[in-house]
Amino acid sequence: MGTTSTVDTYSNVLEFLCCRIRLKITSNIDASVVLFSVIPEIGSIVRSLGCFPTEAELHELLAEVEEEEPTGYINLEKFLPVMTKVLLHRSYQPIPEDVLLHAFEALDENKCGYITKEELVKYLTEEGEPFTQEEMEDMLSTALDPETNTVHYRDYISMLVVDET
Amino acid sequence: MGSGSSVNPTNYKYSLQKSENVQTLPDATHPAFKAAVLIQQWYRRYVARLEMRRRCTWRIFQSIEYACEQDQIKLHNFFSYLMDHFTPSSSKERDFISRMFISGESFKEAELEKYCDYESMEVPDSYTGPRLSFPLLPDHATALLEAFKQKQQLHARYVLNLLHETRKHLKQLPNISHVSTCYSEEVTVCGDLHGQLDDLFFIFYKNGLPSPSKSYVFNGDFVDRGKQSLEILIILFTFLLIYPKEVHLNRGNHEDHMVNLRYGFTKEVMQKYKVHGKKILKMIQNVFCWLPLATLIDQKVLIIHGGISDTTDLDMLHKIQRNKFISVLRGKKRKESNKDVEIQEINGESKVETESSESESDLSLSPQPRPAPSITNRLEFSKWLRQTVQEQIDWCRQLVDSESEPEEPTYSSVVSLTELDTQCWTHQEEWKQILDILWSDPMSQEGCRVNTVRGGGCYFGPDVTNKILEKYNLQFLIRSHECKHEGYEFCHNRKVLTIFSASNYYEIGSNRGAYVKLGPDLVPHFVQYQASKTAHTLTMTQRISRVEESAFRALREKLFAHTSALISAFKAYDKDNTGKISLSSWAMAVESVLHLGLPWRMLRPQLVRSTADGMLEYKSWLDDLAMEQRSQEHIQTSLLEVIYRNRSNLETIFRIIDRDHSGLISFEEFRQTWKLFSTHMNTELTDDGINDLVRSIDFNKDGNIDFNEFLEAFRLVKQSQ
Repeated sequence: MGTTSTVDTYSNVLEFLCCRIRLKITSNIDASVVLFSVIPEIGSIVRSLGCFPTEAELHELLAEVEEEEPTGYINLEKFLPVMTKVLLHRSYQPIPEDVLLHAFEALDENKCGYITKEELVKYLTEEGEPFTQEEMEDMLSTALDPETNTVHYRDYISMLVVDET
Repeated sequence: MGSGSSVNPTNYKYSLQKSENVQTLPDATHPAFKAAVLIQQWYRRYVARLEMRRRCTWRIFQSIEYACEQDQIKLHNFFSYLMDHFTPSSSKERDFISRMFISGESFKEAELEKYCDYESMEVPDSYTGPRLSFPLLPDHATALLEAFKQKQQLHARYVLNLLHETRKHLKQLPNISHVSTCYSEEVTVCGDLHGQLDDLFFIFYKNGLPSPSKSYVFNGDFVDRGKQSLEILIILFTFLLIYPKEVHLNRGNHEDHMVNLRYGFTKEVMQKYKVHGKKILKMIQNVFCWLPLATLIDQKVLIIHGGISDTTDLDMLHKIQRNKFISVLRGKKRKESNKDVEIQEINGESKVETESSESESDLSLSPQPRPAPSITNRLEFSKWLRQTVQEQIDWCRQLVDSESEPEEPTYSSVVSLTELDTQCWTHQEEWKQILDILWSDPMSQEGCRVNTVRGGGCYFGPDVTNKILEKYNLQFLIRSHECKHEGYEFCHNRKVLTIFSASNYYEIGSNRGAYVKLGPDLVPHFVQYQASKTAHTLTMTQRISRVEESAFRALREKLFAHTSALISAFKAYDKDNTGKISLSSWAMAVESVLHLGLPWRMLRPQLVRSTADGMLEYKSWLDDLAMEQRSQEHIQTSLLEVIYRNRSNLETIFRIIDRDHSGLISFEEFRQTWKLFSTHMNTELTDDGINDLVRSIDFNKDGNIDFNEFLEAFRLVKQSQ
C-alpha cells in the first residue's frame, strides 16, 4: 500500500466511524462508548474498508472484539486497535483477475473452459471454506448457463469485473 | 434508528458451526482445495461489496426521506412564525393568511352531509364500472377488485356514499380495537401500503381475502407516494363494512390531510376526480380522523403505526375524542378566529429554534484531521486515529448542543399532568399521546428522546418498551412506519416488530414487503414478497445498480439545490483560492451543508467523475451538476436553486392556498407566497427575480397561474409515467 492510498484508507475508516457517530449523536443518542450493534456487521464494516479477511480470520477478529458478556454491542475502545491491525496487515490484498482464472482452471479437469454445475457445487460446498446452500444458489443464479447446466468461468469473471468498475 | 438488517447472520452462524464441527481435516495442500478457497474468498468479498453498496444506497434514500419529513415540520413552524410575526397590512393580506390556516376545518355534521351530498349525483348509463348498494356484500368487494385490476375507476357517487357509510361505522368504534384469536384462527397484520395496489393484490392472492375466518389488521399509511392510494382506501373501507368484526384499520401518520398535501394523495384524488375531487377529499379528512388509533390482540399484542414514548398512556388513549385531531400537524390557531384559544406547540420546538436552525453558515467547520503518521509506527497510528475520532465526537457534540434549547427537556417535562381530575387532560397532552403513537421510532439506546430526524414523535429505547409492556401486561408491540429491507425487522430483544408491506418502496428492487400472521400462540409467521415482475428477473447486481442509480440521481439533485452554500463551504477550505480542494475537505464540506450523515468519501466515485492527484476543481464540478438539471437559462441560477431546494414546501404551500383545489392561484397570491417564503427562509429574492419567474410562465388564464404547469416546467414534480 502506497502512502497516498494508506492515508485514503485511514481517512475512510475515520469517515466511516464518524458517520456512525454523527448519525447517533445528531439523533441525540449518547455515543461515547458503544458504536456498533449486531456483531455480524463487523464483517461488512471490515470489508467496506477494503480488507478481505477469510472467514477464519474474521472469527479471530471478532473473538478479540467481542465483550465477555455479549451485549450485542462492540466497544469503540476495543475496536480501534483491532481495526488498526487489520488495516496494516498486508495480506488482505485484492485478488487479480488472472489468479482467479487460474483457480477456476484448476477445478476444470478437462480444461474445456467450463465447469459443470455438479462439479462446481461439489468443490465449493465441500472444499475450502465451504459455501452455504444460499451462497451457492446465489452464485449459480448469475454464473450458470441454464441450458447446458455449466459455468463458463471466463465469461462469468469478466462479467463481474465489468460490474465492479 | 432502524436501517437495513444485518448481513447474512445465518451465514455467519453456519460458518462458525462448520469450523467447530470439522470432523476430517481436508488436505489443505491439494490444488483443488486452494482453488476453492480462492474462489470462495473472492465471491464473498464481491457479495460483501454489493451489500455495502446496497446499504449506502439505502442510507441515501432514508436520509432524503427523513429530511423531507423534517421539512414538513419546518413548514409548520413557518406558519407558526407567520402567525406571530406577520401583521397583515391590508384586508387582502389578512384573507390570504387566514386561508392558509382555516383549510381543513372540521365541518359540523349537517354541513358535511350537505356539502358532500351524493344522492343527487346521477350515474350515467354509459358507466361500466361497479355499482355499489348498501349494505355492502362480498360480491361488491370482488367486483371492485376486478374493476381495479382492469384499471377502471369507481364513480364519484359511490365513492362518496362509501365514505359516508365508512364514517358512520368508524364513529361507533373505540379508539383501541380489540381482536381475539379464538374466533378466527389467525390474524394477519399488514404494514404501510402507501398506495401500492399491486402489493395489496398480492397479499390477498397469497393470504386470501378478508372473511369471517380470516382477520386482518392494516396498520396505517394506506395513502401517499404510490399512485393508487384511493383504490386502496376504497378496497379497505369496503372490506371494513362487509366484515366489521374481522377487518381492523389503524390510523397512520399519513392519514392526515396536511401530510397528503405534500406526499401526493391530494394530487391523486384531484387528478382522478376533477369535478368531485374536493368533496371526496373533504369526506376523507373526516374519515381519517375517525380511524382507530391502535389495535390489541388478545390483550397481549399492541399494534400501533409509529411507536410509543415514555409517557404513553393507554387509558388516556382509550378515552380521548380522537376525531378532534383532524390533522396531527395543525399549526397554531389565530386567536381571533376562535373562542377556544388552543395553542399547540409543535414538537416542543420554540420559535427560537426555527430562526437559528436555518442559518447553516453559522456552524463552525468540522476540525480537519492532522496528517496521518507513517504506517510503520502502529502505536502512532493508533493514537492518531483515536485522537481524531475523539475530536470528531467533541465537535459533533458541540453541534448538537448549539442546536438544542438551553435546557433540554425530554418530552415528559414539557407536558404537565394535572392531578386533580384525570379526565381533564389538556389538549396538548392528548395531542402528544397521538403524535407519539403515530410518529415515533425505536432506537437501540436506552431512554426517550425527541425525534429530530422526522420532526415528530420521539425515539424510544428498549427500556421504554419494557416499561410500557410491563405496565399494561403486554407481550410485544407491532408497528410499521419504517421501511425495512426484508419487509420486517425485530428490535428491542424481539419485543418490537416492524412490519412494512410496501415492496420496492424506494425503487424497483430496493426492498421486500411482508405481512405477519399470529395464531392463538401469538408466535409470528412472516411472508415476504416483492410485487414486481421485473424485480425477479434482475440479478442481484442489476437490482442493486438500478436502485443505486436512482439514489445517486436524487443525491445529485440535492447537491445542485445547495450550490451557493457548497461554494462558500468549499472556499473556506481553499484559503489560497486555487480553485481546488482535497477530497477529504470536499467530503467534510458537503456534509456540513447537507447534514445527511452519509459516508461521502465512499460515495465520491459516483458523484465526482474526475480528480487530478486527489484534488477536486469544485467550481467545474458544480457546473457539471447544474448542466444535468435542465434549467431555464434566463432565470438567475440562485433563484433556481432556491426553487429546487424548497420545491416540496412550495408545492405544499400552493396546494394549501388553492383551497378549492382548482390548480390555479392568482398572480398576486403567487407573489405573496414568494415574499413570505423568502422572509422566513432568509433567502434574497428580489422583486425582479420574482417577475422573471412569473414571465417565464405562460399564463393566459386572466391573472391566474396554473401552478402544476409551473412546477412541472421547472421539473419540480416527477412526471407521471
